[in-house]
Amino acid sequence: MLHIPLWKRIVIWGLCALGLLTALPNTFYTRVEKHNDAVTAAERAGFETEAQAADRALWPDWLPSGLVNLGLDLRGGAHLLAEVQVADVYKARMDGLWPEMRRALADARGEIGGIRRAPSDPSELRIQIEKPEAMAKAVEIANGLASNVVSLTGVGQKDIDVTVDGNQLVIRLSEAERAATDDRTLKQSLEIIRRRVDEVGTREPTIQRQGDNRILIQVPGIGSATELKELIGTTAQLTFHPVLGRDTDGNAIAKPGTVIFPSIDEDENGVFYTLDELPVVTGEDLVDARPDFDQNGRPAVSFRFNPTGARKFGDYTAANVGQLFAIVLDNEVISAPRINQHIPGGSGIITGSFSVESSTNLAVLLRAGALPAQMTFLEERTIGPELGQDSIDAGRIAAIVGTVAVVAFMIASYGLFGVFATIALGLNISMMFGLLSTIGATLTLPGIAGIVLTVGMAVDANVLIFERIREELKTAKGPARAIELGYEKAMSAIIDANITTFITALILFALGSGPVKGFAVTLVVGLVTSVFTAIFVTRTFVVLWFDRTRPKTITV
Amino acid sequence: MAFRLKLVPDNTNIDFFRWQWLTFWGSVALVIASIILSAVVGLNFGIDFKGGTTIRTESTSSVDVGAYRAAVAPLGLGDVSITEVYDPTFGPDQHVAMLRIQAQEGDEAVTPEIITKVEQALKGVDPSITFPSVESVGPKVSGELIKTAILSVLAGVAAICFYIWLRFEWQFSVGAVVALIHDIALTIGIFSLFQIKFDLTIIAALLTILGYSINDTVVVFDRLRENLIKYKTRPLRDLCNLSVNETLSRTVMTSGTTLMALIALLIFGGDVIRGFVFAMTWGVIVGTYSSVYVAKNVVLMLGVKRDWGKKDDGPAGTQFATGK
Repeated sequence: MLHIPLWKRIVIWGLCALGLLTALPNTFYTRVEKHNDAVTAAERAGFETEAQAADRALWPDWLPSGLVNLGLDLRGGAHLLAEVQVADVYKARMDGLWPEMRRALADARGEIGGIRRAPSDPSELRIQIEKPEAMAKAVEIANGLASNVVSLTGVGQKDIDVTVDGNQLVIRLSEAERAATDDRTLKQSLEIIRRRVDEVGTREPTIQRQGDNRILIQVPGIGSATELKELIGTTAQLTFHPVLGRDTDGNAIAKPGTVIFPSIDEDENGVFYTLDELPVVTGEDLVDARPDFDQNGRPAVSFRFNPTGARKFGDYTAANVGQLFAIVLDNEVISAPRINQHIPGGSGIITGSFSVESSTNLAVLLRAGALPAQMTFLEERTIGPELGQDSIDAGRIAAIVGTVAVVAFMIASYGLFGVFATIALGLNISMMFGLLSTIGATLTLPGIAGIVLTVGMAVDANVLIFERIREELKTAKGPARAIELGYEKAMSAIIDANITTFITALILFALGSGPVKGFAVTLVVGLVTSVFTAIFVTRTFVVLWFDRTRPKTITV
Repeated sequence: MAFRLKLVPDNTNIDFFRWQWLTFWGSVALVIASIILSAVVGLNFGIDFKGGTTIRTESTSSVDVGAYRAAVAPLGLGDVSITEVYDPTFGPDQHVAMLRIQAQEGDEAVTPEIITKVEQALKGVDPSITFPSVESVGPKVSGELIKTAILSVLAGVAAICFYIWLRFEWQFSVGAVVALIHDIALTIGIFSLFQIKFDLTIIAALLTILGYSINDTVVVFDRLRENLIKYKTRPLRDLCNLSVNETLSRTVMTSGTTLMALIALLIFGGDVIRGFVFAMTWGVIVGTYSSVYVAKNVVLMLGVKRDWGKKDDGPAGTQFATGK
């Protein structure tokens, strides 16, 4: 019979109330957003300013404050897909291995003769051996320097492969080590990008690893992708080198063990410095960097070394008073001051052609650390905030017009039952927003389309049921029986129809990216809430109404 | 009796097979035409699939496509398409244009210099110009996106096919898949015919069309399954007709409400998602058509094995029993 147990009713109404409650914050979007921002800011700082307290008071603490995140296409911001040049790290590894290898091989000079590094692909190390007949010995020595791979999959494997090519010893990273290195490089890059973006303090950036060597970065509220790229695309490799010479000839060829870098100081246009390849200290030894001003009031960056860096820096300045040393950032000389005296304590200041902005940026980059490898950008998108707002407005109007049309159509077609379906539709939309807010989903432009589509389709389950009730009424079984049979018989169609849509939504979610994924999420959430409201909520309405009026005949 | 809007009379008895040669082979012809069209004319792929850069410009003064073209031409960027965008939702002094620059040869990644150059050139033409959105996709990614897109559509069809086979009989599954292919082909065909931009969101629309169309088809199939149990001796053709007639009111109602919502979005939703919404609207129309005229015709052609009752001596219809 048409009876719904009390506990079931309580659960149904409870869920509806919960949906309304969790959807509520979205109707006061900016207020709640301010409240949330104030709470996070206060939590981070550990204390609360007056302005933050005022913002926090905009929304009661005891109410739910989850909001639907707005996607980049609605809020505006920048999207980048970066590919990390993992091979950069191989080169650094090979360069680091060479001095060690040279020492080990030199110890066996009597047997294998003279050695020298031959030109090679950057990812390998080629060493020319004077006496090829002693190659076996050389290989043995080289293998002696290999160590075990530190990774789960590469257990028991060596980190380098040593092969022989004529009279050359060829050393490469092994497959397992490459994989392990790539993974490390990616993780480091992710971490550093995250730190850099966090330093700028924008809201809810997405920084995700994609596949083996890619990173997806989405930052809402940032002006343009170019701006974002300047922030995260710079390697920010800071090094301090002894200066060996100063020249204006950019085409000069560097002698072994030295490098020639251009100066980017405005006063030294076209000047090139010849530097010792081995830096005295690197940015890895930095513990702090902040924007500052020099004695003349020009923007500068002050920094502090950790004890190791401070000692190295102190020793070097003590031994080289009167010499030049160069401060190099990503292979460009920022400045090359003269060492006037021994600098103990490990702090200093970098001067150069800075603006306040560029000194602030450099300080951020130095503080966050250097990227282990270069990045190239495969995809970049900038969406202006106005365009996003326009889309939200357009979507809102469309949703309202669509809903009104559907509601009018439903009431005209099914009368009172149409009214039930309309109330259920209203609940359905609120529950959708409630659920989206609770799971912290991101609403994108196609997502809005998904909601509008759900509005259209949400009534489908009701239509199926109402049509069925109509049919059952024709066979004159009495209204109560007709309603019951209507629900019962429509069920299999409802279930099958929604499961198939669910399957496509899952595939969209698994394979799609960005806006498409957002669409899939709204579609799934919409399916769940629409089936719930159609099967349970309208049914409860119908039963309540039927119990009270007990009509002899009904018209659907 | 209270007033009821009825788009479909109470008891219809339309013979949907009467014109079956016309409807079915008409559909087949349209599918073939669509395939030929998209093969010959091709699709207007967006940068998601082709690589390149699109720049959306907005200005308070009206768009002079010729002047824009003249400003960008000296940069030597190859094929640059410039189109003005009109939309009823724009304000009176809102003039929007879209520039599309092809992927530059030899560049694997995106080159910001080009974007800056183009932006400066356009600022020279019209100082009030702004760039609400700039999107670039490198050719490397776009190739992968095509693969993923094709894969997701195929996976969608396969998964649905499998589910229908599980819940119904294999003939139904074939019928459903033929209907789905019909819908996808016709949608791609119309995108090719009108050269509407085909990008990632259209793939999302295609998958949604799959979901919608199968939804419609399943409702008819579900009724057919029920009728097959109810009327054990009536010819399949009659039952197909009966099932479609019985569900016709629902089919029209649901398509009607969905189309209303979509048309609202098509008119008021803004130009950014118009292509997406158009694909969906079109898909709902062909999806509804294919459930009525394509899917069940295939089932009828293949025939349904109806004597399974003999095999297990159980009550006829156990195989069709729904999981209630």
